[in-house]
Amino acid sequence: MDFRTLFEPKTMAVVGLSLSNERHPANIIYNKNYFRYPVKVFGVNPKGGTYHKEKIYTSISEIPEKIDLAIIAVRSEHVPGVLRECIDSWVGGAVVISGGFAETGRYDLRRQFEEIAAEADFPVIGPNCLGIFSPGKVDSLFLPSERMVRPEPGNVALVSQSGGILVDQMVKFAGQGIGLSRAVSIGNKAAVGELELFKYLARDEKTDVIAFYVEGFGPGEGREFVKAAGRSPKPVIIMKAGKSAAGIRAVSSHTASIAGDYDVFSSVMRQFGIVEAKDEYEMVSFCESLSCYPGGIDGRVGIVTASGGHGAMAVDTCEASGLVVPQFSEEVQERIRGRLSGSVQPIASLGNPIDLTGSARDDDFVIAAGELSRLPDIDCVIMLLLPYIPEVTSDVGARLSQVYQEEGKPIVAYVPHVEKYRMIIEGFQLNNVPVSDSIDGAILMVEAMKRCRPC
Amino acid sequence: MLSETAVAVLEESKKRGWVLEPDAKRLFADAGFDVPVSERVRSEDEAVAAGERIGWPVVAKVVSPDVIHKSEAGGVAIGIESPGAMREVFARLSNIDGFEGVLVEEMLPGIELIIGGKIDVQFGPVVLAGMGGVGVEIYRDTAIRMAPIEEKKVDSMLDDIVASSILRGYRGSAGVNMEKLRKLIAGFSSLIVEMADLVESVDLNPVLCTEERCVIADARIILKKNDK
Repeated sequence: MDFRTLFEPKTMAVVGLSLSNERHPANIIYNKNYFRYPVKVFGVNPKGGTYHKEKIYTSISEIPEKIDLAIIAVRSEHVPGVLRECIDSWVGGAVVISGGFAETGRYDLRRQFEEIAAEADFPVIGPNCLGIFSPGKVDSLFLPSERMVRPEPGNVALVSQSGGILVDQMVKFAGQGIGLSRAVSIGNKAAVGELELFKYLARDEKTDVIAFYVEGFGPGEGREFVKAAGRSPKPVIIMKAGKSAAGIRAVSSHTASIAGDYDVFSSVMRQFGIVEAKDEYEMVSFCESLSCYPGGIDGRVGIVTASGGHGAMAVDTCEASGLVVPQFSEEVQERIRGRLSGSVQPIASLGNPIDLTGSARDDDFVIAAGELSRLPDIDCVIMLLLPYIPEVTSDVGARLSQVYQEEGKPIVAYVPHVEKYRMIIEGFQLNNVPVSDSIDGAILMVEAMKRCRPC
Repeated sequence: MLSETAVAVLEESKKRGWVLEPDAKRLFADAGFDVPVSERVRSEDEAVAAGERIGWPVVAKVVSPDVIHKSEAGGVAIGIESPGAMREVFARLSNIDGFEGVLVEEMLPGIELIIGGKIDVQFGPVVLAGMGGVGVEIYRDTAIRMAPIEEKKVDSMLDDIVASSILRGYRGSAGVNMEKLRKLIAGFSSLIVEMADLVESVDLNPVLCTEERCVIADARIILKKNDK
């Protein structure tokens, strides 16, 4: 299935435009695309008329141009007819916003929807969804523009069974400085599910990381999904709702009792190197980390800090997460010590974690990061920055990012996310080094790199 | 492809919904898995004779279509050392509901593992392995993989188990034969894929593992319900 015209349409039709209700989803979608996106928008309503002095067409087939994307926001019983019209008019694909299908008992409409789409192999998202957001290209989310928080364009694609979770993740991405390539709310997924979108996004040149929010897979759907996603060179992240064991019926074998739905889900994701995020915080941390470092590591970590407490906390969390913090040899320690500034040299401890103490300068952080990046038995460096110590300047983020650019070894930073440290944070983030607002978050970022490998 | 024996065993047991232990063992033996030397007997004298042939001590287990969890029903006796002890055990087992005989088996040493399989709605056939015995649902020290899995992936699966160091030998005690365990888990994972249309779940519990052997000491096969 080709989704390209859906994500980057040149022409779109909005079916179900209201002549009387400006807050109708179709009108919100029409307006935001008409005014703010490089796409030619056509309104459709059987009654005809004009809107923004533009002609309203009485049907899709009447529009004189080929339509790349149709947004369908009519009552559910009219949807099958509109879908047929789209197919007959060679429309590239569609998003069905309307609800009122299986979720309200109209299984007949759902069946018709599935059959029409399957017969024509027609790419149609929904029903009962928010549809597509493609930064700078198109936006079918029926949320007024002034209410939305839009992340920067970037390389992470989000696919969500829930529209609400999708919009929430977009807010968090924006807050954390994570760039978005595509966002899709797939709703009831009558014709297009996770697997079809995964296959498209795996080839999409704008996307490097693919993240999913799922409530559940249909019978056998999970098996097909992991078989495809497990082979992906792009990291795949998944967050699942519905983990509780409620609803598991009495079972007569030990295996069926121990291997409940969620236990199986979680184990199989790990088996195939699909990184499971347990909650939204993990989801955001994993997306940020893997959007910078899609590679995957073994998980041998070097830690640099200016406070013994931060170092000790980080070591504890690393070990609990299955990451290794190897002790540096005397030789390595002496080499690093010899290069540190005079005030730090006699008091720093260099075993791993490296504690540069409160006297540390930017240069000391840069030296330590560079030395650790060149050690073959370390595959990631965690920088626990304390921007309030006197000799650290606001350049330190950009300078440490330079170390990553030169050495190519992943660096993850912790900086408290308060406004006065913004320049340090941006010094990292704008140069592709992920920054967390907590020690645990920084370690989650490292864990994500380790977990995106099959076992 | 399932063997004729396997298909026959599964078909015969359809009405009951699960497969009696002697039949399940026959299925696994036929598929090339290691099972204990055993005899199914119907009288006290037969039981004693079986014990003599197999060699004391032996294990005796009730065969009954009414008893799916034998230990819970008091249907398992281990370490039977003599004809006299066997007669006592037989008398006790013969009072259990639905009694259809006794399975007399060689008594084997080893670490108790569980190897299981089930057909998951979302992911299809999956395989489970971990520490077995009657406490399996209390400790839940098991790992799960989508089936089939290759032999070379079994080690990383067992790494997920807390007690994996026991399998590999711990503080002077011998570990288990890892090569045989790998073969067993990988082989079973292929078999569960072949049986996916017919079964709901399978427990091999315990599987007794030593440095020499990995033997399926008990097997329970729950069949897929027809009513869907």
